[in-house]
Amino acid sequence: MKRIEAIIREEKLDTVRESLTEVGYYGMTVTEVSGRGKQGGITIQWRVEDYQVHFLPKLKIEIVVLDEDVDRIVAKIMHSARTGERGDGKIFVMPVENAYRIRTGESGNDAI
Amino acid sequence: MPVDSGDTTWILISAALVMLMTPGVSLFYGGMVRRKNVLSTMMMSFAILGVIALLWVLYGYSFAFAPQGNSFIGGLGFLGLNGVGQGPSGIYATTVPHLAFMVYQGMFAIITVALITGAVVERIKFSSLLLFSVLWFTIVYCPVAHWVWGQGGWLGGLGTIDFAGGIVVHITAGASALALVKVLGPRKDYLEGKPMVAHNIPMIAIGAALLWFGWFGFNGGSALTAGGLASNAFVTTNIAGASGAVTWMIISWVQRKPTLIGVTTGAIAGLAAITPAAGYVTPLAAIPIGIVSSIIGYYCIIFRNNRRIDESLDVWAVHGMGGTWGVLAAGLFASSAINPAGPDGAIFGDGMQFVNQLAGAASVFGYSFGITLGLSKLVDKITGLRVSEHEETVGLDIAQHSETAYGGFLR
Repeated sequence: MKRIEAIIREEKLDTVRESLTEVGYYGMTVTEVSGRGKQGGITIQWRVEDYQVHFLPKLKIEIVVLDEDVDRIVAKIMHSARTGERGDGKIFVMPVENAYRIRTGESGNDAI
Repeated sequence: MPVDSGDTTWILISAALVMLMTPGVSLFYGGMVRRKNVLSTMMMSFAILGVIALLWVLYGYSFAFAPQGNSFIGGLGFLGLNGVGQGPSGIYATTVPHLAFMVYQGMFAIITVALITGAVVERIKFSSLLLFSVLWFTIVYCPVAHWVWGQGGWLGGLGTIDFAGGIVVHITAGASALALVKVLGPRKDYLEGKPMVAHNIPMIAIGAALLWFGWFGFNGGSALTAGGLASNAFVTTNIAGASGAVTWMIISWVQRKPTLIGVTTGAIAGLAAITPAAGYVTPLAAIPIGIVSSIIGYYCIIFRNNRRIDESLDVWAVHGMGGTWGVLAAGLFASSAINPAGPDGAIFGDGMQFVNQLAGAASVFGYSFGITLGLSKLVDKITGLRVSEHEETVGLDIAQHSETAYGGFLR
């Protein structure tokens, strides 16, 4: 089992969700986050001045997948979250020790 | 004269409209600060709404409006609403109950004190703000209201006109805002050049909407009758708010993008400027009055920022300078065809009226600034004006009020 953590643009949530549904992954956790990458921030106005805002709103999607699905899912997210502009986000993959479904008590691959 | 039911209705409704402006100020200012200080910012206006309403009936109304005083301050005749009853006063608003006139004027005192709080947000100690407000109300607001509107006041005697408070409200608040922050000093983060961005712009827009709405009572009610003059003031008010809003929107667009903060700030600038002139000028004269006020406000904010003065929410630039322009504009555009009881301005042949306006604006600006400077130092000595550096970092909502504005599941 692997956990895929993707930081994406807010406006890409729907396309990412649909692309994951296509390959049978319905479950995910989405969190509103703030962060920055190389693009640094955006400029906003306050009465007479321009201000640099360093942290931009992004969404973090967490999804736990079977080992053999990792490459496919990552490719799906890459494709559906991409605009080609700076600020498209990042994807991290990390190992997961185990998983349990609270309602049934199932564990391991059965629980995801 | 007997009580006129139409006039009385309008004055009571106007008093309620002006009352709503102070919560409007609290929303307007509350949206502009960071989320950790929104409650402390709004709290200042609401506390003033209570405290000044009480002081007004106890002695404020008397100091401002009672006869048998001198040209500087009113008498003691109306202390504790002595003699202020259901019949007309005979000297002010002669067709409405004295009580209605009194409560209407009280709403002006409240909002004037609340306006100043925009200068000091995010670092003033609440107790000190209260102490300052009481003292300021007593020795700045009450005397100046007497000078301009009270029987025997020296500016009224000079012939200076101020229809609804360009001098009494906006110049006093703007000049004092500047003086108070001179003693209080800038916010730590302002000094360090950190971005301090409005945390809730829709809140600013709701506040601006309440202010614009209430301003119809502020200016329209200042006719003190419900007829043609009130209608003229109502219409000029709307026109100046509109022309101020559109002007600032364009300026903001030229700078980068048309912003909601810009359009609301411009509306307030236009409304502040028409205040002293609303019942003296033609509806079309309100257009340049609003346009020029936004331009002045915009460049005064740039000027202030370049001097690194943290007069945080620009009470001086928007209200003080907008009000000053409006007082001078009344001396230019006033027409006795609009208000037979009023003078003609320079454009209609009386250049002296402009001089009277200049004298009124300058003397009240100077008095408010000077007295506030002294008062601020006094309060700083007694209770200390600022919160500690730690409290400033944490935010005044928790540090001063043990409340947080925005809860979640984890609280």
